Amino acid sequence: MTFPQKIKVALVGNPNSGKTTLFNALTGLNQKVANFPGITVEKKVGACQISQLSSKNKVDTEFIDLPGTYSLYPKSVDESVSFKILCDSKNEHHPNVNIIIADASNLKRSLCLATQVIDLNTPCILALSMTDLTTADGVEIDIELLSKKLGIPVVPINARKKMGIGNLKQEIIQVINDFKAPNNFVDIKNLAPELIDTIQNEFTINSDYNAFQIACNYKAITGFSDTEKARFEKLTKELNFNPKRSQATETVRRYKAIDKLIELCVKYPEFSKNNSLTQKLDNILTHPVLGFGIFLSVLFLIFQAVFSWSEYPMELIDNGFAQLSQFVGNTLPEGVLNSLIVDGIIAGLGGIVIFIPQIAFLFAFIAILEDTGYMSRVSFITDRLLRGFGLSGRSIIPLLSGAACAIPAVMSARTIPNWKERIITIMVVPLMSCAARLPVYTLLISMMIPAEQKWLIFNLQGLTMMGFYLIGFVSAISIAWVMKYILKSKERGYFVMEMPTYKVPDWKTVGLTIFEKVKVFLIDAGKIIVAISIILWGLSSYGPSDTFQKIEEKYKYAEDAEVQIASEKLEASYAGIIGKSIEPVIRPLGFDWRIGISLITSFAAREVFVGTMSTIYSVGDADNTKSIREKLMSHKNPKTGEAFFTPAVALSLMLFYAFAMQCMSTLAIVFRETNSWKWPVIQFIYMSLLAYLASFAAYQILS
Amino acid sequence: MKNLSDLKLGKKAVIDSFSDKELALKLMEMGCLPGERIYIERKAPLGDPIAVSISGYLLSMRKSEAETIFVNEIK
Repeated sequence: MTFPQKIKVALVGNPNSGKTTLFNALTGLNQKVANFPGITVEKKVGACQISQLSSKNKVDTEFIDLPGTYSLYPKSVDESVSFKILCDSKNEHHPNVNIIIADASNLKRSLCLATQVIDLNTPCILALSMTDLTTADGVEIDIELLSKKLGIPVVPINARKKMGIGNLKQEIIQVINDFKAPNNFVDIKNLAPELIDTIQNEFTINSDYNAFQIACNYKAITGFSDTEKARFEKLTKELNFNPKRSQATETVRRYKAIDKLIELCVKYPEFSKNNSLTQKLDNILTHPVLGFGIFLSVLFLIFQAVFSWSEYPMELIDNGFAQLSQFVGNTLPEGVLNSLIVDGIIAGLGGIVIFIPQIAFLFAFIAILEDTGYMSRVSFITDRLLRGFGLSGRSIIPLLSGAACAIPAVMSARTIPNWKERIITIMVVPLMSCAARLPVYTLLISMMIPAEQKWLIFNLQGLTMMGFYLIGFVSAISIAWVMKYILKSKERGYFVMEMPTYKVPDWKTVGLTIFEKVKVFLIDAGKIIVAISIILWGLSSYGPSDTFQKIEEKYKYAEDAEVQIASEKLEASYAGIIGKSIEPVIRPLGFDWRIGISLITSFAAREVFVGTMSTIYSVGDADNTKSIREKLMSHKNPKTGEAFFTPAVALSLMLFYAFAMQCMSTLAIVFRETNSWKWPVIQFIYMSLLAYLASFAAYQILS
Repeated sequence: MKNLSDLKLGKKAVIDSFSDKELALKLMEMGCLPGERIYIERKAPLGDPIAVSISGYLLSMRKSEAETIFVNEIK
């Protein structure tokens, strides 16, 4: 085999096998997360350099972390992607080497996928994870014999402790040099000899098993042309091929062969210690009373913590940006550039950076819940409850992630195999209080309720925040319940799911999750926010024809009229014109044209609201040294002369943001995930209506 | 022979066959094969879904899914 210039390695394995931990150990921060073109399956690619022992050359190696799966059979879009990459030698990610991660404590099941991949005739290495667990249980695995019988190198690893990673990298080079196709682990040729031969010849495929897989699954695989699909259909019909029966036979044969292999290579102790710790923990965590109690406490802890812990770094960031804008404002010469940088760019950036602490804290918790194995217990105890609302226990993870950001949450809903449950989950996830609402809520709550106010021992601001999370959750499941009766589907939902043993979370994985989410937010949302900030600065700094000049001439001889000029200019600006034109519609909600402008700009993303309000109000603030809260609090209602932001207005605004689909990025993701504009349009309409009605009711009752 | 869902908590049984071909493929690739020993380890607070122990690990499934698995109780 010729040695490739750049080695491509695919990481394949069951869910919970330690695949992601290994990927992180191999690539560290050197990884990119993107989507596969055209579909929304997450593509995790990382790189490292491997030095060859024989020479001092370093070889560039690219790793791709494929979605976790139990077999090659593509039943979901995720699995279809993995299948395509592994089976199609023309695919750009088709690997030179597969690293198959097998959980030693679940060896039998791991070997089902492993031997399928081996039968594809690509160089493979088996990375044996969790060997510390099996050793502790007294299980002995004869690694040499296992390697000999499988015909591929077997490397025990402990990715958390970085053990075996060096060996694994060396084996990558070795296995390319030494590769010779092993015998098929399971002989499937006799299931459909003629069909397999024909496919192999017509499509130049070298492995029997690959041809067999195509015969079974060509319908589910993306990437085949219509003529190719028609050819497969004709072939399978002519040769009377029954894909389901053949797959079942293959699986049975495979497991039989694996049983034999395990009997040879693995010695189990006479009395196996069952995972007693997991059992004890499950007795408590899935207990009818304790289980729900603990789950609610965990939720309560997360939200109280996210709210109060992140206060300190947020204050630092807020002050930092206030100082920065003061410094830049004083240093740069007065003029357009000064104004653009201070009121446009810095004000906009401040609005993004401020909420890194909250995203970080929330994703830290979500990552820990996932990594410890607790998340699957949450699914387990909540499935029956959610099922009544047209959701499943699997929806709990997208729903909870929706509490951080609807975008990854909508994307994580693709692990729900049932179409109806998935659509319902996607449709209601944006109602969950996402992190982008936090800055809006934080600002408005701080204006509505004094910080020192307490109810019993709890901070009342924190309680109000939790109340808004509840509103999000309750409205989400109510809408789900309604949709359950509207949507029609014949498809059945599966809930068959592994409950992994409990583990101490891998802090590197937690750290990387936080890093990744913050990065995605800063880059993806940040771009929109800065762009909108600049457009907004333009809209509020310029007006039609000579209106601005006229205002300046009017005050030509007046002293200390800067504030007056600025506010008149804003009113006369393009932004003021747009805001005023929608004022009649939003007046019944207690909003004025300033809020009107913010509503329009924050269609891009909710958090833009804070940035916009900050920019609008800094136009009148001569020194621009006040915090946003102070700016808003000092704003007076021109008619009554009292503070404009009464509790009624603040609450009405909060409710509006709780329900309205103020997020273009979410709509775009929903479009991509559902592959039709129908769902995002329905979503936008129903959420906007809900928002308008809730705000209307709140304001009319309270004022 | 009875449904897995009718099996009493902790009672051991051996998988015999499946009534749902589609689901059977999924169950089989996860290690639920005819001849495997299986028992219900725990039930969710509302009695559904259930968690079954099969080839050394824990698998959760809904009662309706467990109904498609036929088992022979080990006496």
